Amino acid sequence: MASAHSDAPATAPAPATATSTKPTTAAPKPATSTKPATSADEPALALKILVAGGFGVGKTTLVGAVSEIRPLRTEEQLTEAGRGVDDLGGVEQKTTTTVAMDFGRITIRQGLSLYLFGTPGQDRFWFLWDELAHGALGAVVLADTRRLQDCFPSVDYFERRGIPFVVAVNCFTGARKHAVERISTALDLEAETPVILCDARERDSGKKVLIALVEHASRLHAARMLS
Amino acid sequence: MEPNWFDEEAGPMVRLYALTKGRTRPATEAFDLIAMVVADTPYGPDSPYGEDLGLAPESAAILNLCRHQAQSVAEIAAELDLPVGVVRVLLGDLLDAALIRVSRPVPPALLPDERILREVINGLRAL
Repeated sequence: MASAHSDAPATAPAPATATSTKPTTAAPKPATSTKPATSADEPALALKILVAGGFGVGKTTLVGAVSEIRPLRTEEQLTEAGRGVDDLGGVEQKTTTTVAMDFGRITIRQGLSLYLFGTPGQDRFWFLWDELAHGALGAVVLADTRRLQDCFPSVDYFERRGIPFVVAVNCFTGARKHAVERISTALDLEAETPVILCDARERDSGKKVLIALVEHASRLHAARMLS
Repeated sequence: MEPNWFDEEAGPMVRLYALTKGRTRPATEAFDLIAMVVADTPYGPDSPYGEDLGLAPESAAILNLCRHQAQSVAEIAAELDLPVGVVRVLLGDLLDAALIRVSRPVPPALLPDERILREVINGLRAL
């Protein structure tokens, strides 16, 4: 009977020992050697940061630069029928689309990790953003000064939903380093929204962007608590 | 590189939602991409999951993935190379069968907790 349990000495029935194996109760985590007691008491906490911006602006590059894992790709299969995209007048046509999201992870400590999600670039997947944005700590809007208008939709999106965000201007080699204020004006940002020049390929640069975002989110949160 | 005549463009060779018996939504709840999943079975951490539980290989693979360490829904999907929608349905079944535990992300209204944000900032600086 009990022989299936490798860690329970089947010979000693002694139920008084601490390692009694209760089969059904909300399992005190089967001590997997490394887990400290805290992980059982304090559930793993994960925070989500979105990386948005136009197509080809370097979202996955930024995720990869700061992630401790090679960016992973997760796919969502969408059946677009019934999403109210087009009225096909009774034509029962279903199209299945696969949307890929690249993401990375930063472990702050045991039980606290930060997940970075590159948002799908195409505008037609806005509805997917809602799910991604739900509960997000904040967002990085990556901008390219040569195509600044590409990040307008992202800026609008986060502003409307009151999601804290920073604008990170990816300074490609040779790109003109516009003054931060000029970009801020061009994007019609609220005064407190940080604009940072960055190099999405550089880990340190990406770190600075994330720190600026979390600090900004923290300030906004404190302000909201007061009001 | 595989010598197959087909490639990714051909799409999956098994209709994915056959795995979920046609369901596209989990029975009980929607799992956030960063909900953390940990296996919770009466079996020891080193016993192979699935066989005696009569699970589909994909569900057994999920249990195996998260038996030592909690994994996010996104990571599970990426690791198993399955669409998130499929993984969510399978997770719903595993949750119903009480084979996993799930920590949901903190509701946005309660986040960001000042202390945790401080921790995140310091953690990022220390990277």
